[in-house]
Amino acid sequence: MSAELFSLFYQFADVFAFLILSAAGLAIVFGMMGVINMAHGEFIMCGAYVTVGLVNLGVPLAVAQILAALTAGFIGILVEFLVVRRFYKRPLDSLLATWGLSLIVTQSMLLIVGSAVRGIGTPEGSFAIGGYTFSTYRLVLFGCAVAVLAGLYTIFMKTRFGVIARATMQNAAMAKALGARTGRIYAISFGIGTGLAGLCGALYAPTMTLIPTMGATFVVESFVTVVIGGANVLLGTAPAAVFLAMIRMALNASYGQIIGQIGMLVAVILIIRVLPEGLSSVLVRRGR
Amino acid sequence: MFKLLEGPQTLGRGKIFWSCFLTVLAGAPAYPLFADSYDVGNFAYFLIWIFMALGLCLMWGYGGMLSFGQTLFFGIAGYGYGVLAINMGGGTATIAALALSVVLAMIAAGILGYFMIWGGINGIFFGIVTLSATLVLAFFLGQTAGPEWHIGPARLNGFNGMKGMDPLTVGDFYIEGSALYYVMIALIVIVYLALRMLVNSGIGNVIVATRENPQRAEMLGYDVRKYQLLTFVIGSGLAGLSGALYTSWGQFITPSSIGLPAAAMPIVWVAFSGRSDLTATLVGSFLLLFGFQTITVYSQQAALVLMGALLLATVMLAPQGFVLGIGKFAADWWSGRRRRGAGAVMMEAGRLRSEES
Repeated sequence: MSAELFSLFYQFADVFAFLILSAAGLAIVFGMMGVINMAHGEFIMCGAYVTVGLVNLGVPLAVAQILAALTAGFIGILVEFLVVRRFYKRPLDSLLATWGLSLIVTQSMLLIVGSAVRGIGTPEGSFAIGGYTFSTYRLVLFGCAVAVLAGLYTIFMKTRFGVIARATMQNAAMAKALGARTGRIYAISFGIGTGLAGLCGALYAPTMTLIPTMGATFVVESFVTVVIGGANVLLGTAPAAVFLAMIRMALNASYGQIIGQIGMLVAVILIIRVLPEGLSSVLVRRGR
Repeated sequence: MFKLLEGPQTLGRGKIFWSCFLTVLAGAPAYPLFADSYDVGNFAYFLIWIFMALGLCLMWGYGGMLSFGQTLFFGIAGYGYGVLAINMGGGTATIAALALSVVLAMIAAGILGYFMIWGGINGIFFGIVTLSATLVLAFFLGQTAGPEWHIGPARLNGFNGMKGMDPLTVGDFYIEGSALYYVMIALIVIVYLALRMLVNSGIGNVIVATRENPQRAEMLGYDVRKYQLLTFVIGSGLAGLSGALYTSWGQFITPSSIGLPAAAMPIVWVAFSGRSDLTATLVGSFLLLFGFQTITVYSQQAALVLMGALLLATVMLAPQGFVLGIGKFAADWWSGRRRRGAGAVMMEAGRLRSEES
C-alpha cells in the first residue's frame, strides 16, 4: 500500500517540479514588471546548452548547472538593459519584442550549431520501494523545485532587497520617490527570472534531447501556471502548480502525456472563466 | 451601404486612393497572361495568408485583442478541410468542405472566446492563453503518427502531415494555377471591402470604442463582451479561411504550420505593416510574404531570423508599423503640398494619437 502511495507522490512530484521550475522565472518577471518574457524558452535552452557544453569539457554536472544558471542570469540582465527596459510602459510591445528575440535566437542556433548536439545521459541511480523502481534524479529535481520556492521566499520576504522589490511591485513611483533605484531592481529581477529559466534548462538537460527549439516544450506549462497563479506571483505560483500537477498527474497516469496536457489546458480555460485573476486573487481575499 | 467603404476607421479615401485601388484591381487579372504558371501559383500562395493577416488586424488593431492563436484556427480549418474533403469525396463537395471547415474554426473560436472574454481575460493573458492553446494543438497533432489516429479514411499522420485530399473542385474542374489565382483575388477583394464596411459601420465604431476604453463603451450601454466575441470569431474565421485554402492549395498540411515559429508570422506581418489599418496590413503582409519566400529558397532559418529582427525593430523604432508610417508620411507630404496644414492632415494625426493610448 505504501509503495502505491509513494508511487503517486513520485508522479505528482515529477509534474510539480516541471511546472515550478519552468514557471518560476517567468512568474518573477511577470510579477515584478508585468512583462511576459516570450524568450523564456530560449533562456531555458541556453541553460541546457551551457550545461551540456561544460559537462562535455569535463566539468562536474552540478557545477556546470550552477554556472549555466548564472550565465542565463547575466545574459538576462544584458537583454533587460538593451531591450526590455524600454517597454515597461508598453507591456504588449514587450511581448512582441521578446518574441522577436526568441525567433532570432532559436533560428540562429539552428543555423550555427545545427539541430543535434551530443547529450549527456540522465545521472544513474535508482531505488526500489515495494515492487517499483524510481529514478533518484527525478526526486532531486523535486528537491530543487522546493529549494527554488524556498529561496524565492527568503529573497523576497526576508532580505532588504526583497522589501524594496515588493515595494516596487506594489507602487513603483512611490518606491522611487522613497529612494529605491527601481531601474536596478527591475534589472536584477529580470536577471533572477532568466537565471531561474537557465536553471530549469540546466536541470532538465540530462533528461532530454538538446535541440534549439526545446524551449517550446516548457512554454505551455510555464504560461498556464502563471495564468492560473495570477498577478501576485509570490502567493499564487506554488498553489497553481500544486493544482495543475494534480490534474496532470491523474490524466497522465490513465491516458498519457498528451491527454494530460490537453486536460490541463481545458482546466485552465474553464478556470479563467470563474477566476480571471487567478488563484492568488482568492488567497489575497482570504488573507484580509 | 457603399458609403461605409470610407470612414473614420480606415485610411485611404478620395479619388486618388480609389483610382490606385482600381488600377491594381485592373492589373491583377492581367498578371497570369504574361507570367509563367509557376509564378502565378506562387502568387496565389502569398494571397492565401492575407486573410489571416486581415483577421488579426481586425482583432488587434481595431478590437485591441492581441490573439496569438491565428495558426490555431488556421490549423483547425486546415485539418478540417482535409478530413472533410477526404470523407465527403472530391468533386463539388470540396466547396462544402471549405465552408464547413471555416465554420468549424469559427465555432472553436466562439467557445475559446466565450471563456476568455466572459472571464474578463485581456491584454497579455489573452495572448498567452491563445498561444498555449495553439501549441497544445500542434503537440497533439504531432503525436498522431500511428494508424489509430484517423477520422474515417483520413489519416492524421503526425509530423509527416495529412495528405490525399482533393483541391477545391467544381464538377470535374480543379481550381488550381491561374483559376485559383482568380478565385483568391476575388476573395481578397470581397473580404477587404467587407471588412472596410464592417469597421466603418456602427458595429465597427463600438469595436473601436471598446479598444479605446472598454468601461466607457459599457457605460454607453453596449455589451462589449458580445462585440469582442464577434470580432474574435470573425478574425479567427479569416485565419480558418487561410488554413482551408492552404490545405486545398498544397493538398497537404503538417503540425509545423500551427506551432512555433509559424504562430509568430501573422504577428510579424501585422505589426510590421501597421495594425491599425486594413490597407496597410494588406500591402505590408504581401510585401513581407514575398520577401520571406524569396529568402526561404536559400535558407529558411535566415528568413525567420530576419522576421524576428523585423518584429524587434518594429516595436523599438516604429510601434505603429512601418508600412503605415511610410504611407502616412507620403500622404501627409502629398496633401501638405497641395494645401498646407489642411484639416485632413490634422484629422489623421489626431486619429493616430488616440490609438497610441
